[in-house]
Amino acid sequence: MTLSRVLRVSALLFLFFAAISLVSLGVGAIAIAPQDVLSALLGVLAGQEPSAPEDLILFSVRLPRILFAGVVGASLSAGGVIFQALLRNPLADPFVLGISGGSALGAILAIVIGASAFYLGLPFLAFIGALATVFLVFVVAGGPRGVLLDNSLLLAGVVVNSFFSAAILFALSVVDSLELHSISFWLMGDLSRASLPEIGGAALCLVACFAVLYAQARKLNLIVQGEETALQLGVNVRATKYLLLAATSLVIAVAVSFAGIIGFIGIMVPHMMRLVYGSDHRLLLPAAALFGASFLVAADTAARTVLAPSELPVGVITALCGAPYFIFLMRRKERR
Amino acid sequence: MTPLLSANHLTFSYTDRPVLDDVSFEIDRASIVAVIGPNGSGKTTLLKILNATLEPAAGSLVLSGRDTKRWSRREIARTVAIVPQEIPAVFPFFAEEIVLMGRFPYLRSLAFEDRTDYRIAREAMEQTDCLAFAHRRFTELSAGERQRVLIARALAQEPQILLLDESTVFLDLKHQARFLSLLHRLNRERQMTVIFVTHDINLAAQNAHRLLLLYNGKKYAIGTPADVLTAQTLKEVYDVAVGIDQNPHDGSPRVTLLT
Repeated sequence: MTLSRVLRVSALLFLFFAAISLVSLGVGAIAIAPQDVLSALLGVLAGQEPSAPEDLILFSVRLPRILFAGVVGASLSAGGVIFQALLRNPLADPFVLGISGGSALGAILAIVIGASAFYLGLPFLAFIGALATVFLVFVVAGGPRGVLLDNSLLLAGVVVNSFFSAAILFALSVVDSLELHSISFWLMGDLSRASLPEIGGAALCLVACFAVLYAQARKLNLIVQGEETALQLGVNVRATKYLLLAATSLVIAVAVSFAGIIGFIGIMVPHMMRLVYGSDHRLLLPAAALFGASFLVAADTAARTVLAPSELPVGVITALCGAPYFIFLMRRKERR
Repeated sequence: MTPLLSANHLTFSYTDRPVLDDVSFEIDRASIVAVIGPNGSGKTTLLKILNATLEPAAGSLVLSGRDTKRWSRREIARTVAIVPQEIPAVFPFFAEEIVLMGRFPYLRSLAFEDRTDYRIAREAMEQTDCLAFAHRRFTELSAGERQRVLIARALAQEPQILLLDESTVFLDLKHQARFLSLLHRLNRERQMTVIFVTHDINLAAQNAHRLLLLYNGKKYAIGTPADVLTAQTLKEVYDVAVGIDQNPHDGSPRVTLLT
């Protein structure tokens, strides 16, 4: 692996993200031609005030939503890569393991007990929920001497997930709060409600955590060879693992606390990127983040257009593609 | 002269039953040592303590005059390399990528492998005859090919001590012969110390300068093959009757099972 390859691939995938976003900007109840989108964008970049009614849709509705979808998609995909590496299981992802669910429960708890009124109260409890779930999954699925068994891992995820869904539904039925939005927001994900400061916060958190994760990328390559092997090749496995789990939980918690639970993207995207670019995390991690961003923008565009004028939760789209993909991966794995 | 490695009263247990019980020995620089003993006698555990994968419950391991507790992970990985038994591969890395991982302890944390690293990895792959499948996926290789890749990875660590855990089991005759002559060459030319675990007593007798015989977690004997391999010892440790004569090709003791 060379730095120039990483930069080339990242640039390519960033262009892909830009192209998808450009298309997505023009699609919707009011269609805007790509050249008009471009000229409006260029105009704003040149310092002009947006004036036309189309511009309002572009800049205050669609653009924030697309940026948010990008941030959330990148967060969930990068999170998937890390969990798959740490658990040595290509089927692990924040949603399947129940970590998104735990995070959502933490966020809802924050609303219920009133902690969301405090600055960062909601994301903080979402983070605690995510961390607690990570811990739970490792305890439930951990065999003797830290060996994780494939099936027990997925089983632990199923159990943890259904418990959290029940707890979320319970919280929603006892609490009648305007802040709780709709049920579908927490259970299926929704990218339309984030405010600009929230998007900025999530983006900052993603960039910071991604830097931490990327610094460990080469160690991850060794950890997927087995923790003992990594140790023998000079990796301080325990410290690396805790750092990665904390940074990943934070990224997932922020994404979930603003966007709800969006499933399967953390499995599909890393798997596709592994097929195309191989398993080296120095390339896989940025590739998955950038492609994940594009993927969720595309999925969200579909969510807001297929049944226009009404909208689907974006999690419906990702689950509709993701669940069959998951089954396909599982069958292929068993045949080996 | 201080020995390269000295194990002092090593004790280890996974549960209540000790796997290693008060094992002490010394190993000189540039020697080839075979660790033998019946199943469950603590051979693999001993290897894992020798590269600090496991920490002994009691006792200490002194490497080049310094207790391994005071070595960093990276320092140990630059000095001691192990070729493990079989590891399950989950993600499809290329064989060359696996070998390059042996360079990890030499690289700064954000650095990419440079030309020197690639050269060392290529040399290691040449020595173990894996260049032909450098760009195939590790998961698709046969057991013997995988083993050669793992040997190359250990060589890429440029260790002073090479630990081998049953590393010839999956190799065919040709690659066994190549591997053994490679070990002797590394030992001669680079003063590499080789410590290998094996069940093949004749392989041990022919290739090692010294044998360490473990029995129920205890050191039963250490010494030259001729000293250690006596009919009486093998009767006591393995509970088998053997005949011992001299190998006509190299003069090493030759053990024949009498059934």
